[in-house]
Amino acid sequence: MNEKYARITRDGLWDNNVVFAQMLALCPLLAVTSSATNGLGMGLATTTVLLLSNIIISSVRQFVSPEVRIPVYIVLIATLVTLVDMSLNAWAHELYKVLGLFIALIVVNCAILGRAESFASKNSVADAALDGLMMGLGFTASLVLIGGVREIFGSGTLFANAHLLLGPAFAFLETTIVPEYKGFLLMILPPGGFMVVGLLLAAKRVLDQRRAARIALIAQEA
Amino acid sequence: MKLEELRGKLSYQGILLGGAALLTSALLSFFSQATEADIKAAEAADLKQSLSQVLPGEYDNDLLKDTVTLPGSQDEVLVYRARRAGKVEAVVYRVTGYGYSGAILCVMGVSREGKILGVRVISHKETPGLGDKIEPARGDWIHAFEGKYLGDPPADKWAVKKDGGVFDQFAGATITPRAVVKAVKGGLEFFDSNKAKLLDEAGGVK
Repeated sequence: MNEKYARITRDGLWDNNVVFAQMLALCPLLAVTSSATNGLGMGLATTTVLLLSNIIISSVRQFVSPEVRIPVYIVLIATLVTLVDMSLNAWAHELYKVLGLFIALIVVNCAILGRAESFASKNSVADAALDGLMMGLGFTASLVLIGGVREIFGSGTLFANAHLLLGPAFAFLETTIVPEYKGFLLMILPPGGFMVVGLLLAAKRVLDQRRAARIALIAQEA
Repeated sequence: MKLEELRGKLSYQGILLGGAALLTSALLSFFSQATEADIKAAEAADLKQSLSQVLPGEYDNDLLKDTVTLPGSQDEVLVYRARRAGKVEAVVYRVTGYGYSGAILCVMGVSREGKILGVRVISHKETPGLGDKIEPARGDWIHAFEGKYLGDPPADKWAVKKDGGVFDQFAGATITPRAVVKAVKGGLEFFDSNKAKLLDEAGGVK
């Protein structure tokens, strides 16, 4: 039982990471990761929606016929995103002004439909909830990483304007890596995003291959 | 199982899809009504806050209700008027500049003497890291307008330094500040040509 949960966690965070393994959600990814703070905002908003949508899809999975599942999922997810959007706008307006842009982009995030289709529709509610949370956290980590790399090279700072997203208590996160940096525009624009994603993807492949080689070596010696 | 047999039937699928659509749209319309008032109130508070940034000082009327719409150089301009004891002391309106990548929406406050009280950028799509220094959160540049009027600097100096004017441009971004300066100058010209109507003094005090 524990092994299953560990498997789901590992899948979400590393082995089957939304960005670096499934290669999903690249459109909102490139749009918002011009800074680490933006990546974090998008990641947290997506995690919330992914968790809720996995729970809902999983709890209605008995009733949904396979033939019409896709339109049903789309309707449910779009409704969920709209509800989150409206309630944030009404009751957490300050947060909405920061996250509003990201919430609209979640609707076009194919990772959410992807998880509904490939996991939540086949597994129990508890498993689906854990999967949604872990996939979301893995996505958040990837976004912050990509945003951080682009921000350091693009504008010489890290977590700039974090207090706008997380409140004044988190202003300590804001660091200037390179003082008096002139800026490297390419990294902030979408091409820089593609380059960073490509390089990080290659790095993950190298790490995975080395680990597989090491495991094979140990197996051979044993 | 009975449910499994049902799921294969065409009529069940139709009802399921229709039911899901009905349920979600009902939920959405209910939620939309429940949040409408709160969203409107939050947006009004937002507007008031952005207006008060370019209107230092105390005024005794409800800005959002005391408005007048006048034809501007491109389209109609909605003007908010701030009064003290019935007299219009300052006006606030929006001006639009066209920068490197689309419209730059600004709001400016002008006193009854025609001096700029403040300018703020509401929305823009300028390059992050270069053109976005027009936001007060990212630079002091926008405060350079405060206290200026047509005449100080003289009309031909209402431009960025590169064009022989008095306002700074940014390293690597001239088009953005140029657009904002032009928009603000246009806003002052609008004030000059509509002064009587803006200050509500055309036909005496109402």
